[in-house]
Amino acid sequence: MQLLLNTLLSGLVYGMLLFMLASGLTLIFSMMGVLNFAHASIYMLGAYFAYTVSKYVDFWAALILAPLACGLIGAAIEVWGLRRCHVNGHIAELLFTFGLVFIFQRAVMMVWGTLTVPYQVPASLDFPLFRLYGQNFPAYRAFMLLISVGMLLAIWLLLKKTRIGLIIQAALTHPNMVSALGHDVPRVFTIVFAGGCMLAGLAGVIGGNYFSTDSGMADAMGPIVFVVVVFGGLGSLAGCFVASIFLGIVQTAAVMVNGSAANLFGALGFPLNIPIGGNDLLGEILTIPVARVAPLLPYVLMILMLFFRPRGLMGTRES
Amino acid sequence: MSSTAAPDLAISAPSRRGRLRAAWPWIAMLLIALILPWLFRDYAHGRDNGFMTAMFSQMGMMVIFALSYNMLMGEAGLLSFCHAVFFGFGGYCVAHFLNAATVVAPLELLPLAGGICGGALALVFGAMATKQRTMAFAMITFGIGELAVTAAIMFKHFFGGESGITTDRQNAWSLFGVNYAHGLQVYYLIIAWTLIAALGMYYLRGTPLGRMANACRDNYERAQFVGYDPRMVRFLQFALSGVFAGIAGGLYCITYEIVTYDAVNAPLSGNALLMAFIGGVGSFAGPVIGAILITALQSGLSLMSNSWLVYVGLLFIAMVTFAPTGITGILRAHGPIARAGRLRALTIPYLRLLVPCLLVLLGFVFLVEMLSFATIGAAEGKTLDLFGVVPDVHAATPWLATLAGTAIGIVWLRLEARRFLVVWDALMTGLAPTALR
Repeated sequence: MQLLLNTLLSGLVYGMLLFMLASGLTLIFSMMGVLNFAHASIYMLGAYFAYTVSKYVDFWAALILAPLACGLIGAAIEVWGLRRCHVNGHIAELLFTFGLVFIFQRAVMMVWGTLTVPYQVPASLDFPLFRLYGQNFPAYRAFMLLISVGMLLAIWLLLKKTRIGLIIQAALTHPNMVSALGHDVPRVFTIVFAGGCMLAGLAGVIGGNYFSTDSGMADAMGPIVFVVVVFGGLGSLAGCFVASIFLGIVQTAAVMVNGSAANLFGALGFPLNIPIGGNDLLGEILTIPVARVAPLLPYVLMILMLFFRPRGLMGTRES
Repeated sequence: MSSTAAPDLAISAPSRRGRLRAAWPWIAMLLIALILPWLFRDYAHGRDNGFMTAMFSQMGMMVIFALSYNMLMGEAGLLSFCHAVFFGFGGYCVAHFLNAATVVAPLELLPLAGGICGGALALVFGAMATKQRTMAFAMITFGIGELAVTAAIMFKHFFGGESGITTDRQNAWSLFGVNYAHGLQVYYLIIAWTLIAALGMYYLRGTPLGRMANACRDNYERAQFVGYDPRMVRFLQFALSGVFAGIAGGLYCITYEIVTYDAVNAPLSGNALLMAFIGGVGSFAGPVIGAILITALQSGLSLMSNSWLVYVGLLFIAMVTFAPTGITGILRAHGPIARAGRLRALTIPYLRLLVPCLLVLLGFVFLVEMLSFATIGAAEGKTLDLFGVVPDVHAATPWLATLAGTAIGIVWLRLEARRFLVVWDALMTGLAPTALR
């Protein structure tokens, strides 16, 4: 019970962080048709900015300033980069962001060095909030949850209850019509792109000290976020939310499971006589504990999903 | 009318001489490839230049790899991010063939075995990925790529975990009695396979499948109306490109005698994209040029600078923004002017463009290298030496000078570019209509 609850809570925190990244990606994608490969790089930049700001000012300033800086970078990318490429189609825009990944990757190393930077949880949040079946629940985790739920509410309110949200929603499906009604659609695009990057930056601020801030963090996070977006269905914010939470919990829970496929067969009454580690690839796959294949699970789930339901959990379009 | 009808005929049925003229750059390239290692040989000591031979070998297999990638990107309009998976899988399979108690095929044919394995895996993954097109396809292949890398690191039995699979190419027997002890012998094997694979892919372009791939890329709905299943076309094209990637992977295994997860990793898939795109996806020559250029850049630049990825990334972004047709596209744009014999009129404008270009490039290189040195290089105990200049990265002057130089260069370049465009447009509009055709 205690294990289950703890796993659920950590999974939820991780899932919400995933959602913060994936929601920006999915918004940008469904609106502009741009698959932003540099999204995880922006997440990394957010963490590094937060490290620098919290070093000179404090964490709370970083919480505001770093996402803003990421939003500005996003706006700059959109205005000076993507708009130029737009005439050559969506593939060109994708390739542009793909090229940015290389540059951000190396730029981070050039500015902050190749080692992990000591970006830490602020002292004011570094205490156990409550004890759960004898285990401490860190206050910072609750804070992360608070921020991400707040962000979720803010997005929802913005999209559903405000005028700009109405225009954004309309521009999602009928950009030409919105443009004909006198709205500046390119500016809406810039706002959405900057907003998505801001969310990624925010995720970096609160995720960078929870995990670790190094130059490999974009590579570690990027593929998972892509999986979330595909799993939830392209263009669906609700699907993206469900997928984030689901994959977050699955990945956290998998680490706790020590059984393997061979154990499962044994429990079902078909004991396989394979030594641990197996004698060949199949034997190894059957006997490897689930805890060790946890990094593999998102991709396997994604492929299973695509096989049975190509448009994802709640996707609106095939392709 | 008659003046326009004649060239049309010439295009539909090229004469033998016309075909030969179209083929001569390829024949010249092959001849250069054959004699190239001998130009760098150290005759005084009777030794081959190992570095150069290794680089040329790498170029050969990358040419196959980039061409096979272009079967997807250029010809079928599919943006794949898992192409290295088939390359690496071919490599792993060949390593296992070589390590088997009895080697089933001579070394010369093992790349083909790698190709068959790569193609088989492409059939499996292609069945999932080719259900979709464009963006969704790109994302799925990205996921497949990550799946393969994670699996390759995780499983010890087939992939050897993080350390990979080592092998010895001399385990195999040879059709021609060559022992393949020297890198040069492997180089000629690679050249032979590059030629075979390139001819194969060139032939496939003209087959109904290749044509339908083009049709599905340009307008898949119309292709459907004609009665073809675009998904099937994508699937077959994907599987075939996996075969050629596997051949390249087999050559990789034979050359380096070790296959690690690097051979299936995302950077290699990205490399395929870079090579094909920078060379130009619109033509058969594009990926070849791209593969040679990028491999040379990687081998050469990575020796000179740790930050070479920034330069390659920037080159890529510049190409995406300003020249999406790649190097061959730029060259081809000069065709009408060249046919009109006016190419010489562009010499001076190009030279004028070159000066600010070099200034911007130099400023950028200084900026990147100084920044890189200030955070990484200095800690590693290196010294900074930029083309004979030794700037002090802790003083303000070199930074200000570099920034000012770059800024001036950018403004100057913009002005020159505008002038250049005027000249270009004047040339293009001033041409006779027949030359523009």
